[in-house]
Amino acid sequence: MQRKILTLTWFMVGSLAGLLMTQSGLYAQGRGGRGGGAAQPQNAKAAAVFDPTGYWVSVITEDWRYRMVTPSPGDYQGVPMTPEARKVASAWDPAKEEASGDLCKSYGAPALLRVPNRLHITWQDDQTLRMDSDAGKQTRIFHFGDWKPAAAAPPTLQGESIAQWERGGGRGATDGSLKVATSNLKAGFLRKNGVPYSEKTTLTEYYDLIKAPNGDPLMVVTIITTDPTYLTQPFVITSQYKKESSDAKWNPTACSARW
Amino acid sequence: MTSNKLSFGLAALLCVSFPALAEIDLSGSWAAINHEDSLERGGGPNPVDWAGLPFNEAGRAKALSFSQSIISMPERICWFQTQWHIAAGPFSLRMWAVPDPITGKVQAWVVGAWETRAPMTIYMDGRPHPGKNAPHDQTGFTTGVWNGNELIATTTHIKTGYIRRNGAASSDQATITTHFLRHGDLLTVALFMDDPVYLTEPYILTRSYNLSTNPVAIGGPPCIVGDEGVESGRVPHYLPGKNPFVDEMTKLYGIPEEAALGGAETMYPEFREKIKDKFKLPAKCVKNCANAGGN
Repeated sequence: MQRKILTLTWFMVGSLAGLLMTQSGLYAQGRGGRGGGAAQPQNAKAAAVFDPTGYWVSVITEDWRYRMVTPSPGDYQGVPMTPEARKVASAWDPAKEEASGDLCKSYGAPALLRVPNRLHITWQDDQTLRMDSDAGKQTRIFHFGDWKPAAAAPPTLQGESIAQWERGGGRGATDGSLKVATSNLKAGFLRKNGVPYSEKTTLTEYYDLIKAPNGDPLMVVTIITTDPTYLTQPFVITSQYKKESSDAKWNPTACSARW
Repeated sequence: MTSNKLSFGLAALLCVSFPALAEIDLSGSWAAINHEDSLERGGGPNPVDWAGLPFNEAGRAKALSFSQSIISMPERICWFQTQWHIAAGPFSLRMWAVPDPITGKVQAWVVGAWETRAPMTIYMDGRPHPGKNAPHDQTGFTTGVWNGNELIATTTHIKTGYIRRNGAASSDQATITTHFLRHGDLLTVALFMDDPVYLTEPYILTRSYNLSTNPVAIGGPPCIVGDEGVESGRVPHYLPGKNPFVDEMTKLYGIPEEAALGGAETMYPEFREKIKDKFKLPAKCVKNCANAGGN
């Protein structure tokens, strides 16, 4: 009898220890629940909380008239623009962009996932994720780990992106997010009709993988654009991408200032 | 190894190896960010703007018969407010958990009501949905599960409602799946409408919210029925081929009629090739241009 009680006691102590270990892990996630989990292994590819690789097609169910066609001049619905931004946008003239050869202003990182496109996402190496867009033939590079941008690097259309996995804490195969922070951006357009963003713009994105009702993977990207020059508040939008089984519909096209 | 040590190790291993299904605190007031679909969520969409909606023929025909005046009928004033109104309306959310009074375990999450939308109670205790012949109402019946930090809610048993506030309808056979994804003080809500009667594939909308210290009101429902003077026996509608707004999107924004009439193909990039030569960029935006959302 005494032996049974001792065994039971050890079992209960063990349970308590295990629970403490588990709960401390969950507690570390904090109230927001993301970003505070266990230390990430060095290898981002091995540490991925979901598989972002493959071909993805944009599903355009929102902001259709600003995305699938060129929005009318002066159509800025929904964008929290400063008066200066309106002034800049009202001077939009695609002919000038064509004359200067600057055709990709609406394909920069803050706008690229609003373009009707297909994405091809691959691991460039164990610490670097590469995202190609067929529309505009653009490439974004997401650096994990302790990557640092080159000093005094010039701003570019896709900027410099630092990525990290944010773990959820459950058992789900898709449990967690990819967070990407982008800066050092060349100025461009949030919409093709000249709604501007400046070189001071920074971008934060959260990539989540969810399942459609039929079980198909769907990538939801929450995009937060902050620009002290042309936006009165962070511009928050969400784009979604459906997984495709092949590159059959991959259709690289050049940037266009008008379409 | 003694049995005591074995007991200790086994118990600890069991607890560590199988962590509790993660949950996340969604409670609080979430202020809607209406930068996306600003017009659709705010003042309401233009008539016959169904671009990006995966209509089937029945869905399109029903929508084309819709006259906005129909909601002046006392019996139809409140017809459209299902839980889809979270996606189609402009409103903020207030959420809270309902604990079991004995165990403290969360029995349900509630998304508070707003005006004409009823509260969404998301049962977390594993109860089944009612049988298929159970009554339907605008609230529907919702259960939820956690996938890590993602709360997935499934709503069935809704009445016929709308998908877009310009006549695009959902049927009483529709299922709404709502995914709650929290990133710190930002909440992303992705909603699927899966309707075998009016849609050829699930329709998705995503919405964003900021955590707010200003409490979101949770007033309503019920929707209040009023008499706006529509004579008894008249049901405002348009007969086939008679909807006067079919070319509204073409007149306003140069968007071809075939795009405005929706269908699954309008959701995907390759549809642009089909309308490229038909689209005419207006010289200037003349209606619903910049007076909502963040402007």
